[in-house]
Amino acid sequence: MRPGPALPADPHPDGTTVLGASDVARALTRIAHEIVERAKGADDVVLLGIPTRGVTLAHRLAERLSAIEPAFDAAASTGELDVTMYRDDLRRQPTRAVGVTRLPQAGIEGRTVVLVDDVLYSGRTIRAALDAIGDLGRPRAVRLACLVDRGHRELPIRPDFVGKNLPTSTSERVRVLLSEVDGVEDAVVISGREDTEGDAR
Amino acid sequence: MKHLLSTADLSKDEAVLLLDTAAQMAATQSREIKKLPTLRGRTVVNLFFEDSTRTRISFETAAKRLSADVINFSAKGSSVSKGESLKDTALTLHAMGADAVVVRHWASGAPYQLAHAGWLDAGVLNAGDGTHQHPTQALLDAYTIRRHLVGLRGGAGEGVGADLAGLRVAIVGDVLHSRVARANVALLHTLGAEVTLVAPPTLVPVGVETWPCAVSYHLDETLAEFRPDAVMMLRVQRERMSGGAGGFFPSPLEYTRYYGLDARRLARLADHAIVLHPGPMNRGLEISAEAADSDRAVIVEQVANGVAVRMAALYLLMAGEDSAEGNDL
Amino acid sequence: MSLESTTYVLRGARPLGGDAADVVLRDGVIAEITAAGTADTTGAEVVDAAGQVLLPGLVDLHTHLREPGREDAETVASGTRAAAAGGFTAVHAMANTSPVADTAGVVEQVYRLGQEAGWADVHPVGAVTVGLDGERLAELGAMADSAAHVRVFSDDGRCVADPVLMRRALEYVKAFDGVVAQHAQEPRLTEGAQMNEGIVSAEIGLTGWPAVAEEAIIARDVLLAEHVGSRLHVCHLSTAGSVEIVRWAKSRGIDVTAEVTPHHLILTDDLARSYDPTFKVNPPLRTAADVEAVREGLADGTIDIVATDHAPHSREDKDCEWGAAAFGMTGLETALSVVQETMVDTGRLTWSDVARVLSAAPARIGRVDTGPAAQGRPVAVGEPANLTLVDPAARRTVDGGTQVTASGNTPFRGRELPGQVRATFLRGRATVLDGTPVVAGEAVR
Repeated sequence: MRPGPALPADPHPDGTTVLGASDVARALTRIAHEIVERAKGADDVVLLGIPTRGVTLAHRLAERLSAIEPAFDAAASTGELDVTMYRDDLRRQPTRAVGVTRLPQAGIEGRTVVLVDDVLYSGRTIRAALDAIGDLGRPRAVRLACLVDRGHRELPIRPDFVGKNLPTSTSERVRVLLSEVDGVEDAVVISGREDTEGDAR
Repeated sequence: MKHLLSTADLSKDEAVLLLDTAAQMAATQSREIKKLPTLRGRTVVNLFFEDSTRTRISFETAAKRLSADVINFSAKGSSVSKGESLKDTALTLHAMGADAVVVRHWASGAPYQLAHAGWLDAGVLNAGDGTHQHPTQALLDAYTIRRHLVGLRGGAGEGVGADLAGLRVAIVGDVLHSRVARANVALLHTLGAEVTLVAPPTLVPVGVETWPCAVSYHLDETLAEFRPDAVMMLRVQRERMSGGAGGFFPSPLEYTRYYGLDARRLARLADHAIVLHPGPMNRGLEISAEAADSDRAVIVEQVANGVAVRMAALYLLMAGEDSAEGNDL
Repeated sequence: MSLESTTYVLRGARPLGGDAADVVLRDGVIAEITAAGTADTTGAEVVDAAGQVLLPGLVDLHTHLREPGREDAETVASGTRAAAAGGFTAVHAMANTSPVADTAGVVEQVYRLGQEAGWADVHPVGAVTVGLDGERLAELGAMADSAAHVRVFSDDGRCVADPVLMRRALEYVKAFDGVVAQHAQEPRLTEGAQMNEGIVSAEIGLTGWPAVAEEAIIARDVLLAEHVGSRLHVCHLSTAGSVEIVRWAKSRGIDVTAEVTPHHLILTDDLARSYDPTFKVNPPLRTAADVEAVREGLADGTIDIVATDHAPHSREDKDCEWGAAAFGMTGLETALSVVQETMVDTGRLTWSDVARVLSAAPARIGRVDTGPAAQGRPVAVGEPANLTLVDPAARRTVDGGTQVTASGNTPFRGRELPGQVRATFLRGRATVLDGTPVVAGEAVR
């Protein structure tokens, strides 16, 4: 795929915009429907966002679930899960600030937990999240939703719900921009891409 | 952050980060499973040249909750009867592969020497040195003050992200010999609080005039005019009273009369004010049973917060990359 | 002593920093001082001394040689070799050895060890009280009459705190023109003391050693000396208040002399912030204001002499916690450089003044300025050839590991200091040449 010419003037000159605001919105709506379909309703679904943007995406998904299933209590069924203290790469990086973990009021015990993250890459963050969930309770099932799956998994982890599969090279950087967090229009941007490599994939 | 030696070395941002991290650690401690895998495979040595079961247990709990391996190393010896030298102990710990050393020592400056003499490359965490510093005690005090006076008073998230600007803290008792007082004065000032030390003149160090705080010899006057939001009572060592290097005040009765926190003084505190004590308390000397057991006393909570603060300190010291030779904290 | 007959011509030396001259040393005395380049060098060893200042051999009134007892830290031989390297031709060896130098036997032993070593005259200081315990007088007369000819008595390291005992000592030594050198430290005010009491001690939590503990003793002692008409020497005075008290005492005509150490002329208590026990010393390093006051006192003559208080310590006594470490720092090899940096290069003393405060005055106080082994004499024809040549233009970085003293506890490690002793002569015999100690013409280290 060669993005570029088909899109309007690129607002991110240091990268290539691969998803625009309407693409993001459509993807989230589709994921919401898939969640309901897979869980046969939204009764026991709770959403756990992984900071920072996963939390924002979880809230957006919760709104959509309410729209599909009016009985779904978005506020009581959404939480955030900081996985910092479960990471396996702490010693490879400068010290990370520990974030907040806030479980949904509905709890996670016996629920279908949908983990929400912005970009799925090596799978290590999700591994950490699964360990964290294990210490917090025993859900009936854990599913994974991500806006972008860029490949290059290092662990046997696959997403249940994907906004967009995005083939990338490891040298590239994928950024998800969300208006609530970044103060700009929603977008998914790739930088560091070489044209030839893009063709090859 | 490589070492935690003195609160005087902490910037405001670093201090707030420590408190905020402690808040997240505290949140994990109400769970059924309190243990986190964060420091798995790393070794913390509790090196105690001075007995302090409370502090050692607090650090040990903190390290274990983070899944670190804990080695307790009690090194006997004092300035009078020398045991193994500090240097040989350090070389031993180095050989054992300690990643962090929590050190309690009767000699002021011993943790600083451990961190800087080149005997050891582990992070050094000062758990109280002589009459110098006790940074984790001051951090847990500040954490407790923030939680009660910033967080529970309407601020969100138990005061996370906030400093202590505008709060008034009175620290009462044997300031001269107190590492807790020194650590608190520096930290509370950095966090924007206003501090008044209250002590008989014999228990105030010469040179205190450069400290960022006020000094009063009168507790009643301070309670009436300074209107503290928090009152921190320091432990008075009974051996300070008489003979030898003692004689700092005439009698326990007189000390209690002028500097003890009793029911009468407790009643004069503002409604929201809290009472702290680093423990162990001398009930009936610096604090009466009424004060120690009152609703205002947060003394038991200080102990619980101590674990969270020490988890935060261990996390920030040990979790990052080895080569991240940041500033000493 | 076969080399006693060697004749040296110090070519182009500047006696007391004055005009260049040739100075001829023969048969243990200064034989000739002539215009530069004019001395007859036939059969003589010529020392190129161009640009170098010629001073009388330095005399230290306050040295710890540690022998007998702590030969691991220093011996009479190693300490006096270090003294020679620092330009000294005589040292007074303090009494706090093990056993204590409180009997004629011990002082004679130290005296003989000094003679055998041959690097510098060793004048033992006798203890004032038995075992330095401050309870009863040692046999001062026996020490005075011994071969060591003791004239200076001190319990240094401890203070003669009992006022009655101090009075008796001051009176008693009058019989043989002795002097009590007081280590002024009120013991009760300094229990557990680790460093100067003040802003730094309050902050870093080390027990304070207040200035008043020194000043109170000095004030008492000058009044006692006045009352009984004795002479008093104040060791290592370190505070501005002490300078004032001594100044006042001298203005009243009290027979008091005072010394300051090189380290108190240059270092301050801020160094304790490093918790490096190298900087732990007694009396402690004081404030910048005190440093300025002792410099002023030395410049105006209130303080009579500079004495090193050279206090070598074994590595294990310093490689530990501050609170557990021994007090003291070495100083013999850096004293002249510190005086040059703080007093000469700042214009507060001339080289002639340096000869007074580091040679003539200490020799006079110790009563070693007369007789066949006289020290601290003028640089003049016919005087004993106790001399040292210093190159004031040289600069060197101090390295504890390469010093001559057996101990490494110099507070100047890594510091650049001006001035380098190039040669030292003890009664015409070279103990240092080319900046290196020599025995029988051979360099030794």
